[in-house]
Amino acid sequence: MKNRIVVVAAAAIFAVAAATLAAPAAEKLKVGFIYLGPVGDFGWTYQHEIGRQNLVKALGDKIDTTYLENVNEGPDSERSIEQLARTGHKLIFTTSFGYMDPTIKVAAKYPKVDFEHATGFKRAANVSTYSGRFYEGRYIQGMIAAKMSKTGVLGYIVSFPIPEVISGINATILGAQTVNPNIKVKIIWVSTWFDPGKEADAAKALADQGADVLMQHTDSPAAMQIAAQRGIYAFGQDSDMIKFGPKSQLTAIIDNWAPYYIQRTNDVLNDSWKSTDTWGGLKSTLVVMAPYTNMPDDVKKLASDTEAAIKAGTLHPFKCPVVDQDGKTVECKGGDHLDDGQILSMNFYVKGVDDKIPGK
Amino acid sequence: MLLALERRAERSTAIGIASPVIAVALTLATVAVLFAIIGKNPIEALDVYFLEPLLDPFSLGEIVVKATPLVMIAIGLSLCYIANVWNIGAEGQFLVGAVAGSWLAVRTNGTDAGYWVLPAMLVLGTLAGALYALIPAICKVRFGASEILTSLMLVYVAYYGMDYLVRGPWRDPKGLNFPTTAPFDPVATLPPLFEGSRVHSGTLIALMVVMLIAVMLGRTIMGFEIRLVGAAPKAAGFSGFNADRLVLFTFAISGALDGLAGIIEVAGPIGYLQPDISPGYGFTAIIVAFLGRLNPIGILIAGFFLALTFIGGENAEIAMKVPLDLTKVFQGILLFYVLACDSMIAYRVRLIRGVRKAVPANA
Amino acid sequence: MLDALGQILGLIFSVNFILTVITASTPLLLAASGELVAERSGVLNLGVEGMMIMGAACGFAAAYVSDSTIVGALCGILAGAAMAAIFAFLTLGLAVNQVATGLALTILGTGLSGLIGAGFVGMRITPAPQLYLPVLTGLPVVGRILFGQDAFVYFSFALIIGIWLFLYRTRSGLILRAVCDNHVSAHALGYPVLKIRMLAVLFGGGCAGLAGAFLPLAYTPFFIPGMTAGRGWIALALVVFASWRPGRLVAGAYLFGAVTFLQLSVQGLGLGIPPQVMSSLPYLATVVVLVLISRTRGASGSAAPASLGVVFVPDR
Repeated sequence: MKNRIVVVAAAAIFAVAAATLAAPAAEKLKVGFIYLGPVGDFGWTYQHEIGRQNLVKALGDKIDTTYLENVNEGPDSERSIEQLARTGHKLIFTTSFGYMDPTIKVAAKYPKVDFEHATGFKRAANVSTYSGRFYEGRYIQGMIAAKMSKTGVLGYIVSFPIPEVISGINATILGAQTVNPNIKVKIIWVSTWFDPGKEADAAKALADQGADVLMQHTDSPAAMQIAAQRGIYAFGQDSDMIKFGPKSQLTAIIDNWAPYYIQRTNDVLNDSWKSTDTWGGLKSTLVVMAPYTNMPDDVKKLASDTEAAIKAGTLHPFKCPVVDQDGKTVECKGGDHLDDGQILSMNFYVKGVDDKIPGK
Repeated sequence: MLLALERRAERSTAIGIASPVIAVALTLATVAVLFAIIGKNPIEALDVYFLEPLLDPFSLGEIVVKATPLVMIAIGLSLCYIANVWNIGAEGQFLVGAVAGSWLAVRTNGTDAGYWVLPAMLVLGTLAGALYALIPAICKVRFGASEILTSLMLVYVAYYGMDYLVRGPWRDPKGLNFPTTAPFDPVATLPPLFEGSRVHSGTLIALMVVMLIAVMLGRTIMGFEIRLVGAAPKAAGFSGFNADRLVLFTFAISGALDGLAGIIEVAGPIGYLQPDISPGYGFTAIIVAFLGRLNPIGILIAGFFLALTFIGGENAEIAMKVPLDLTKVFQGILLFYVLACDSMIAYRVRLIRGVRKAVPANA
Repeated sequence: MLDALGQILGLIFSVNFILTVITASTPLLLAASGELVAERSGVLNLGVEGMMIMGAACGFAAAYVSDSTIVGALCGILAGAAMAAIFAFLTLGLAVNQVATGLALTILGTGLSGLIGAGFVGMRITPAPQLYLPVLTGLPVVGRILFGQDAFVYFSFALIIGIWLFLYRTRSGLILRAVCDNHVSAHALGYPVLKIRMLAVLFGGGCAGLAGAFLPLAYTPFFIPGMTAGRGWIALALVVFASWRPGRLVAGAYLFGAVTFLQLSVQGLGLGIPPQVMSSLPYLATVVVLVLISRTRGASGSAAPASLGVVFVPDR
């Protein structure tokens, strides 16, 4: 028994000596990603994955990336995030709102790891937040839609009522109202992020009820295809969906995460990473519009001009006064436009939307 | 038929012990080809899927955390299945229990409520789960409507009900209108058992429940009734046991346990209510129940084992960069082998020389 | 209130509504029909969702590569049948528990379909063609409903009618039903119980595969992992709802499809009903209708085929 103890002690001393003598090799930075859906969803997660792939292309030999997909937002997510932190990942992107508290919890345990949480609002010394000002793109889409619609009825397919979806609807209507003050919108909640069949059904229902321009805040190209079938227009979402509706797609809002991912990874590599809140829009190219197609030149010009104005900061989709459904003017906290906090937590419909907001 | 199945005279203990090991080996052999095609090492898979999670304290803790709701739900389901009552709605009862308990947490949030909150939440969750499970039970007993369908449909209803509450009236007022409740106060939270791990007292509750159910099944009249009704319904009828009462009882217990599991999960690892609180525990628990052969100890082991495959799968995604789909394939194949090996305990395969043709009696 | 009711009625009684309901219900009908036959022979296969998603992945892959809907559909059928074969081998050959095996099959199918379909995400194919007969399709109202559907829909009609005829008008169908109602007696009479069940399970798998293939080939012509979105479970529930009778299965499938589409359409009217309430309507409707139907038949319990799910190992 005594011999065994001696042997083990000797081995331990050797191991410690070896470890201290061995110089750490130039290690690659390990970057981790937590995805809500499958990378093949052609929507939200797909674009984050494209961002990751572009990150690898840009910084290839300096980094080593890992991703976990279909991570449920419940108790599993905390474990998954912590697993990435434990296995040496020094920068972790958690790409859905529901990962907010798990990210904060894990971040508290691993102060040396940097976390980036998408679409959230809680930060810490080692947790940043980031998201896209998709409502800027919605505003432009609203203008285009109002120009192109003959019936004056827009169809909107949405999944769940969260503030980002609500601000998207509002921005669309506000944009549309600059062209047609009497524009109408029909909203259908499909209550899922992953059912193309339901999206197709919703698109058919909207078309049947007179909508001739379709917009969506869901992930698949189903609605675009129905639009193509019915000979009406539609907007792509998350990705460019032109090939599913070559004559139908007017434009699409494309999530362009790669530049942000590359920049933040470089920050970690350069040791200059700090906790920030990034809400990038058209100007920072976090949000990119697909080429304007299937529309006459004057509409194209209107769209591009509006895009330029938003980028320049001279036009804000939520410029005051913003009037809600009940006719009340919303308090203007951002000077001449609603401030970020109001947009981030938007929970009312603007005047012009006839439907009742769910869950109020 | 060249191969025929034959019941063994006695269940083989040798295979009983060796079967998980054989199953793992067979799985690795089968998946080796798949792994080779994508350029991964099958031996590394063995290490990453099975050994690492067991040897690493954090992973071990996480297996326990994941297994806790599975075991609690499965043990309740086993009661139903033994009695030939098909509760497919465990997921819905889980959600309803979570909602009921969370109601109290939300109501008392921010107030200076005392330590009674958490036990009250657990009781509420248990009761709510039991009541929700009684709906399909009553539909079956009173109207003859199949409990398979009613319990399954009610899962969706529970899910949408919870979704409505969390996105609407129960939203955290300081949460920028995002769909979660306020984080539960400490008096409404299940504390972790050890520093640095997520293992919580819910696990102890689950173990107690397993013991209680084992005792009930083995040593009480009710337990005997349940087992008899399942094995020989006519005999049970002649003995005067009321089948309807059993349906109600087993559903109620099962629902109660599911509801308890639900509120434990929310008050423990999660800490608030949100639209997504279960990765399908109610359905995975069905596998656990049958893997565990509807037996309390078996369910404990099966729950642990299944949780291990989930954690191991995640390990593989990180360590071997294997896609999630491949870990699902792995898990499916592993389950097949485990089930097949399990079957070999009761049956054996025989080679039959010469085929006897079956001739219908009235040909 | 009356105005809203009027609007809703106007929605329902329109050609487009009926067309969409038929299309949306078709995968449910196809998958449930096959599962009905399998369960009628005494085998409970919970792997429908896994078989469907495999049918979707393989069907789309094949159709994309060959640019043919028929090839895609055939591959979908084969994929579903292949998955069912694994199930049959385990549950019929090795007497493994059917419930657990079916659930494991769903896990395997989900994973395998993701692997197969991964390379085909974002691709588009030509959707399945719809029938067009010169005069008939142009008829008002009935024209497109009867003469303007795609092949899958027509096949689903033929399938369920064929199954009904088979089960109730042929000797083989009678034998199949006997095998389930009492497999011990059937075996004693010399009928090859296991072989019959195997054929029934394979048939069920093929139908599920076809149902899955319908989604990316005709309904929404692209592939996304998990696009079956739980339809396999609804199909299983519908078989129970139908009390294992083909006529009621058709009613159940179209009822579910109709309420699902109705709740979406009604939302477009802007009546202000919370979407979660709307989304739970198809499920509530199914429960309510089942309770009502069961009441009228008397509380005789669900008429499940007696040997459903029971393992059968023939003694020699």
